[in-house]
Amino acid sequence: MAKAKTNTDDYLRMYRQMVRIRAFEDQANQLYLSAKMPGLTHMYSGQEAVAVGICEALTPQDHITSTHRGHGHCVAKGAEFKPMFCELLGKAEGYCRGKGGSMHIADQSNGNLGANAIVGGSMGIATGAALSHKMLGDGQVTVCFFGDGATAQGLWYEVMNMAALWKLPVIYACENNGYSEYTRTEEIAAGSITARAEAFGIESFSIDGQDVLAVNRLAQDLVARCRKGEGPFFIELKTYRYHGHHVGDINRDYYRSKEEEAEWKKSRDPITGFGTWLQSEGIVSSDDLVAINDEVRADAEAAVKYALDSAYPDGSEVDMHVYSDTEHALA
Amino acid sequence: MREITLSQAVNEAIAEEMRRDETVFLMGEDVAEAGTPFKITSGLVEEFGTSRVIDTPISEPGFVGLAVGAAMTGTRPLVDLMFGDFLFLVMDQLCNQAAKTHYMSGGKLKVPMVLRTNLGATRRSAAQHSQSLHALVAHIPGLRVALPSSAYEAKGLLKTAIRDDNPVVIFEDKLMYQDKAPVPEEEYLLPFGQANILREGRDVTLIGTSSMVQVCLKAAGLLEAQGISAEVIDPRTIVPLDEATILDSVRKTSRAVVVDEGHRSYGVTAEIAARISEKAFYHLDAPVLRFGAMDVPVPFSPALEDLTVATPDQVAEAAARLCRGEMFHAA
Repeated sequence: MAKAKTNTDDYLRMYRQMVRIRAFEDQANQLYLSAKMPGLTHMYSGQEAVAVGICEALTPQDHITSTHRGHGHCVAKGAEFKPMFCELLGKAEGYCRGKGGSMHIADQSNGNLGANAIVGGSMGIATGAALSHKMLGDGQVTVCFFGDGATAQGLWYEVMNMAALWKLPVIYACENNGYSEYTRTEEIAAGSITARAEAFGIESFSIDGQDVLAVNRLAQDLVARCRKGEGPFFIELKTYRYHGHHVGDINRDYYRSKEEEAEWKKSRDPITGFGTWLQSEGIVSSDDLVAINDEVRADAEAAVKYALDSAYPDGSEVDMHVYSDTEHALA
Repeated sequence: MREITLSQAVNEAIAEEMRRDETVFLMGEDVAEAGTPFKITSGLVEEFGTSRVIDTPISEPGFVGLAVGAAMTGTRPLVDLMFGDFLFLVMDQLCNQAAKTHYMSGGKLKVPMVLRTNLGATRRSAAQHSQSLHALVAHIPGLRVALPSSAYEAKGLLKTAIRDDNPVVIFEDKLMYQDKAPVPEEEYLLPFGQANILREGRDVTLIGTSSMVQVCLKAAGLLEAQGISAEVIDPRTIVPLDEATILDSVRKTSRAVVVDEGHRSYGVTAEIAARISEKAFYHLDAPVLRFGAMDVPVPFSPALEDLTVATPDQVAEAAARLCRGEMFHAA
């Protein structure tokens, strides 16, 4: 088995990336609560080790597909704060020029094929990207992120079948945060999720999604095997969503207790856990970690301010980008 | 000039484009050795191999989803959807994913894919293999929709579709696959958004799509025998629609009949008639009349099915009454 990233720079980058995701989400939540953000958004907080552990095993050219809960994947795949906050606020400097918003956010130049607002909607896209890369012979790997709720979509079974038949370089990464929107996953998922992938002959794994090193170690191994033509693979990553289904899902006692949430935050937090490990190994001091946190939070605050002050797209952009070869579709 | 069938014309178009561009590939149910139930793709797998002529499982949403992802990542999939009726199975992948990706990414991602499928009743195939559903996809911004009306049109439009960087849906009339037409040996393409005037006339404009072009031409012949001069226009693509050619014709003739095989209500004929009414109203001497498929599920019995599609006699009779100035309410 390949080793996880093992030098200090790699460790610190993984830590910083997780902190960046948390800081981004905290700011996004504040933008919602202060009514500065149009629409709703879905927080990734609590799941950071999944996105970072996997994306740190990829090159910028490798592709990912993301979900409605996609800010974490976007940051982990290399996106910057300013164009991300601009996108959240519908501004012209957003990654999608304000046309996608939170649920379609992506830094396309870093291999992100997009967040997707249809649950499970990107499973075909990810598998097709893998087909493309196999045909082009460029050795690139595609990771398809989706949640436990998406395992109920029929599309997954169709594309897993083709991925297995054609040995495509795709990794299906199921972030099982225990909740399918407002319903406990055990109420909507029969049997075992890994067994579903295994039924297609796909080698499957179930791991602790709060342990960034464990996630990264497995991801590096599977990415290397995909590049050698041994894909596809399936990983179930057991994780937890700190917020509700979306930022407006505040009173959620009817499906999840405050005690359960507090317990995960106290004893299973991926950032705290990794920080403790880094200190116990003598890699960093607690002051170093505080400094990283402070710096990242200052970056996020500055990016929010930048985005709030930046311009909306001109009204003339409304019919641009409908067709790639037509500047204005309605002209 | 040599004459070939519409089926042969489509086969030639695919083969020529696959020879020209090695990123073009064909996928769908039974497209390889079987050559599809209509034997349209026969011989392609022998020339291009199974890596570029791919038989898929019977998983329409799955393989259309793969095509979307493949198109986003460097290849140009041509998808065979065996019957147009199966569009209902793939609507999320086609309309939520393919159609919107370029727009939602602010123009950064492209989806150069073609969905080839068919339309047309009177094949005694009942309600789930006989529908003409092009209006459904024409309703979705981001998709282009082509409706070839002969072997010549099918070849030229399909080659253009394959070279288009946007998702294109092209509908062939499944009853015309064995119809022959003159098709040059040398390469040609037919641009999208340029209607074809098949016959010039003074008294009434007949606008027909797909196989209804033949209905309009036959109706024009019947009208000529009555001393009425009909102009016949084939829009070729309904998205983009060559509104100018249609409006110029109607301004000249002052009368129009629109004929299409989609259901009459909320469809292509309504759209074209509305544009004529909005933009050429003061040139009209009579209401714009429409013929579409009867608003019933397509019945199996020949005695019933034949009642559901417009005939040359019906179109000629309606046009003649318009020209005689009779008050008219279309059935």
